[in-house]
Amino acid sequence: MTEPAITPELVQQHNLTPEEFEKIQGILGREPSYTELGIFSVMWSEHCSYKNTRPLLKTFPTKSPRILVGAGEENAGIIDIGDGLAIAFKIESHNHPSAVEPFQGAATGVGGIIRDIFTMGARPVCAINSLRFGPIEGGGNAANNRRLFGGVVSGIAHYGNCFGIPTIAGEVYFDPSYEGNPLVNAFCLGVLRHEQIARGAAKGEGNSVFYVGPATGRDGLAGAAFASRDLTEESAGQQRGAVQVGDPFMEKLVCEACLELLATDAVAGIQDMGAAGLTCSTCETAARAGTGIEIELSLVPQRAPGMTSYEIMLSESQERMLIIVRSGREDEVKRIFDKWDLPWARIGQVTDTGRMVVKHNGAVVADIPARKLADEAPVYHPESTEPAYLKAVRAFSLASVPVSNDPSADLKRLLAWPGLASKNWVYRQYDHTVRAGSVVRPGSDAAVIRIKADSLPPGADNGSVVEKYIALTVDCNAAYVYLDPYEGAKIAVAEAVRNLACAGAIPLGSTDNLNFGNPHNPELFWQLKESVRGLAEACRFFNAPVTGGNCSLYNQSPNGPIDPTPTVAVVGIIDKPEHITTQWFKDEGDAIILLGDPMDEQDPMRGMGGSAWLQCLHGLKTGTPPRCDLEKERQLHNALRGFIECGLVKSAHDCSEGGLAAALAESCISQQIARETPRLIGAQIDLSFAVGESTRLDALLFGETQSRVIVSVAPLDVVKVVERAKILGVSAAKIGVVVGSELTIKAGAWEGKWPLAELHDLWWNAIAKAMAS
Amino acid sequence: MNFAVLQFPASNCDQDALHVIRNVLGQSGRFVWHKENSLAGVDAVIIPGGFSYGDYLRTGAIARFSPIMQAVLEFAAKGGPVLGLCNGFQILCEAGLLPGALIRNRSLQFRCEHVFLKTVTPQSPFTRKIPAGQILRLPIAHGEGCYFADDATLEQLEKQDRILWQYSDANGQLTEGGNPNGSLRNIAGICNEARNVAGLMPHPERASEVVLGSADGRLIFEGLVDWLQTNAAKAA
Repeated sequence: MTEPAITPELVQQHNLTPEEFEKIQGILGREPSYTELGIFSVMWSEHCSYKNTRPLLKTFPTKSPRILVGAGEENAGIIDIGDGLAIAFKIESHNHPSAVEPFQGAATGVGGIIRDIFTMGARPVCAINSLRFGPIEGGGNAANNRRLFGGVVSGIAHYGNCFGIPTIAGEVYFDPSYEGNPLVNAFCLGVLRHEQIARGAAKGEGNSVFYVGPATGRDGLAGAAFASRDLTEESAGQQRGAVQVGDPFMEKLVCEACLELLATDAVAGIQDMGAAGLTCSTCETAARAGTGIEIELSLVPQRAPGMTSYEIMLSESQERMLIIVRSGREDEVKRIFDKWDLPWARIGQVTDTGRMVVKHNGAVVADIPARKLADEAPVYHPESTEPAYLKAVRAFSLASVPVSNDPSADLKRLLAWPGLASKNWVYRQYDHTVRAGSVVRPGSDAAVIRIKADSLPPGADNGSVVEKYIALTVDCNAAYVYLDPYEGAKIAVAEAVRNLACAGAIPLGSTDNLNFGNPHNPELFWQLKESVRGLAEACRFFNAPVTGGNCSLYNQSPNGPIDPTPTVAVVGIIDKPEHITTQWFKDEGDAIILLGDPMDEQDPMRGMGGSAWLQCLHGLKTGTPPRCDLEKERQLHNALRGFIECGLVKSAHDCSEGGLAAALAESCISQQIARETPRLIGAQIDLSFAVGESTRLDALLFGETQSRVIVSVAPLDVVKVVERAKILGVSAAKIGVVVGSELTIKAGAWEGKWPLAELHDLWWNAIAKAMAS
Repeated sequence: MNFAVLQFPASNCDQDALHVIRNVLGQSGRFVWHKENSLAGVDAVIIPGGFSYGDYLRTGAIARFSPIMQAVLEFAAKGGPVLGLCNGFQILCEAGLLPGALIRNRSLQFRCEHVFLKTVTPQSPFTRKIPAGQILRLPIAHGEGCYFADDATLEQLEKQDRILWQYSDANGQLTEGGNPNGSLRNIAGICNEARNVAGLMPHPERASEVVLGSADGRLIFEGLVDWLQTNAAKAA
C-alpha cells in the first residue's frame, strides 16, 4: 500500500510545527514515513509528552519514605501502606472524548484508568471521579448540558458497574465555563504486595512481545492528538471517530487474566495500550528498559480488513495490553488467555538495538530510536502574563452587594443549588458497594474502603492480610482557582486533606489532574503556572507527595476557556476502624463545636469572594477568594485527628461551599439509612458570640472562611475538646446542641428556623428535579 | 460445610461471597469455574452477582448454557441448596430453576442503595434464622431487578408461600416508595417449589459485617449453614 507523501500541510494536520518536523528529521537522519509521522505526532502531543508542562511538573513534591514507585516512572505511582501492602492510584482525564460522545467518552476514561492500575500488578478496588458541566437548570443550553451530564454519569456507571469496581466518591460542579467542554476526571486505586509490583519495561533481549485483548479496529484513531487541540464547532461531527468504544466485560477478563499471568513470573514487563495505543506501549517499554523492540503488524489481531500500518499503530481500540514474556515461558500466556477465552498473539521480540522497528508484511514501515521518541519530545516554556480580569476581581468589594434581607430563604436556595445539592442522583447509578469493602459510602466528606485479603491480586499468600482502612477524596473549587490560581490551588489541597482529617485519616499521597485552557494563551498559561505553584506548596506542606496524574490542556470551546481546574485526589489511611468518622450528627444531646474561626476578620471579603452564595444568589463569580493559612490548617487537622483518635468525636464535617449554615444543615440531613429513609436530626445553634457591630449576617452564615470543621461530641467532652483545641492553637467554641427535628440558628437579634424535612427535600432532590425538566 | 461459588466470565461478586463464607461464617468454600462440569463434594451452591458474559444479550441468558449449569440443575434436582444473588437470581430464572424474569428497573437506571426487606416466611433454608417481622436492611446494585411474572405465576408463588422477601419501608409496609425497581408485588426474592433453590436481588454478602453498616445479610447465610448442619446430623 502506498503511503501519502509528506507535505507541509500533512505535517500541520498532524499538529506538528515546522521546528518539530525538523527535529524529527534530525532524529531519523531522513524524512519520516507517513506511519512515522503519525507515531511522532501522537507521542509528541501534549497528552503523551507533557511538552508544555514538564518544567512545571518537576516542581511537585514526589518523594516520601512511603513512595515505592514515584511520579513519572511508570503508569501509576505506588505507596507503601505497611505490613507488606501497597496501593497504586492515579487520576486521568477524558474531557475531549466526553464532550463529543459523553457515554463512551466517560466509559473509556474509566476503562483507561483501571488498566493503568492493573498494569502495575495491582488489583483495582475502587474508583472515584470529578465531573464538571455547564448549568443544568432551565432552558437553552441547559438541555445540552443535561444530555452531557446524564451521558457521562451513565457511561461511568456502565463501565465501573460491569467491571465490578465500587465508585465510592467524587465531586460534581456546574458552571457556564464548562459548557461545551465538560470535565471528566476518573481515578482508580488498586492494592498489591510490595513484591507484586510490575514494570512497564521491555527487558531481556530475545523475550517475546505479546499482544493480548480484543482486536485492533479503526476506532479511537489518534485520540491523544485529538485531546491536545481546542474543541471546535466541527469537533463533534468530525472527530467522533477519535472516541473509542469501551467493553467493560472484556476489561474484566483482561484484568483477571493479566493478574493471573503476573503471578506466574513469566512476565518481564507489561504495559496497557492506552493513549497512542501500540505506538506508545512499544516505544515506552523499550525506552524504559534501554532495549529495542521489533514487531510485525500482520500478526496483530485486526477487526477490519485492509488496515494500514498507520491505522494499526495509532488505533486506540480499548482493553488491549502489551506483555513482554520471558523467553521459553510463552506457553503460560497461551494457557491463561485461552482459559479466559481472550485473543492473544505473539507479535515480536525485544532487541538490543535501542530502536522501535515496525514491520508490515515484512516491510519496515517505521524504524525510530525508542528513547528519542519517548523521552526527547520538545519542551516549551510558554509565555505567561497575569490575566486582565483579575484587576476587576481584586477591586470588587463586598459593600457593593446588598446585605441579604432573608438569610432563611438563602439557605434553602443554596441547598437546592445543583453545585451544593446532594449528588445522590449521580452515585445511586454507580455500584458503590461491590467488593464488600465500602465502609463510608458516597455522601460524607471522604469515602473509606477496607483493604482485605481478596483486595490483593492472586499469587502471593493472601491468608494473613492485616486489614487496612483507606480514605479518599477529590476536590477543587475552581471558582477560587479562577479568582486566584495560587491561593485556589492551595485550597484544593487543603480542603482534600481536611476532608480526610474529618474521616480520621492522615494523608499518604496525592494525584492531580490539571485541566486548563490553551497553553499558548499567556493568560491561561499563567493560571496553570500559578496553580502548580499552589499545588506544589500545599502538597509539600501536608506531606502528600504527588505520585502522578494527568494534564489536560486545550479545554476550551468557542465560548472561551474553562475555569482553571486542578482537581486533586488525596488518599489517606486510618489506623483503626473505630476512628472512622462521618459528617452527620449522631445523638440527641450532643454538643456542637466549631473548630476554627467563625469568620476571617482579616479578609475584606469576609469569606464571600468566589462563594457559592455570591454565585447562586447574585450570579456573581468574583471577589478575592478566602485565604488559606497552611500552618493554621495543619494545626486544625492535627487537633481534629487527635480528638478522633481519643474517641471524642462523634461527627466531623468540613465547612466549605455555603459556609457554616450549609455545613450545619448537611450535618442534620445527610445520613441516609436506606432508600427514601433519611435520618433527620436537628440542631439548635447560637452564633451570637461571633456577632459584632459591623458583622454582616450573610457573611457569618454563608462566608467560606477556610480552616473550619464542625464536630459533635458527647456533652461531657465539651470542655476537654475546647480547652485542648486552644492549647493546640485552634480556636474552638461550643455553638449548639443536637436536638429536635429543626435546624435553628440564632445570631444576635436574628433567628432562622428550618424544618429538616423541607431542607432535605430541597437538597436531596434538586438534581433529579433539574434532570427531569 | 463446603460451598461452591460459581465463576462465570465477569462474575464480580464472587470474591465477596467467598469472603463471607470463609471469613465471616468460618465455612469452607471454593470457586467453581463455569467450564467445569461437576459439583462433587459440594453442600451448597452460590451463584454470585456480576455481569456474566457481559450480559449483552439479556442478563443471565448466556450463563445458563455454560457447562457448570448442567451440574447445577442436577444438584438442585437432588435437593441441594442453590442461592442466586443478583445476577445469580437472573441466571436461575433464565435456567428455568425459578419462575418469572427480572427486567429493566422501572426508573430505567441502575440503582445502588440500601433497601428494607420484609422476610415473608421462615419456611426455607435461607430464611429459617430470620425472626418473624424482622426487617433486613441490605444494599441493592442492579439495572435489571424488576421481578416480572404472569398473574397465574404470582398467585401460585403466593399460595405456595414461595415469596421469601419483599421490598418494604422501615416498618415492613409494602409501599411503592420502598420498591426500588418496580418489582410486581414488591418481590425481592423467591424460591422454587421444593424450596431448595432461591434467588434474591439484594446483596446479603455486602451486608454481613458490622463495619459495612449492616450485618443483616448474615442471617440468610447462617440459616443456610444451620439447615445444612441439621440435615447432615439427621443423615448421620
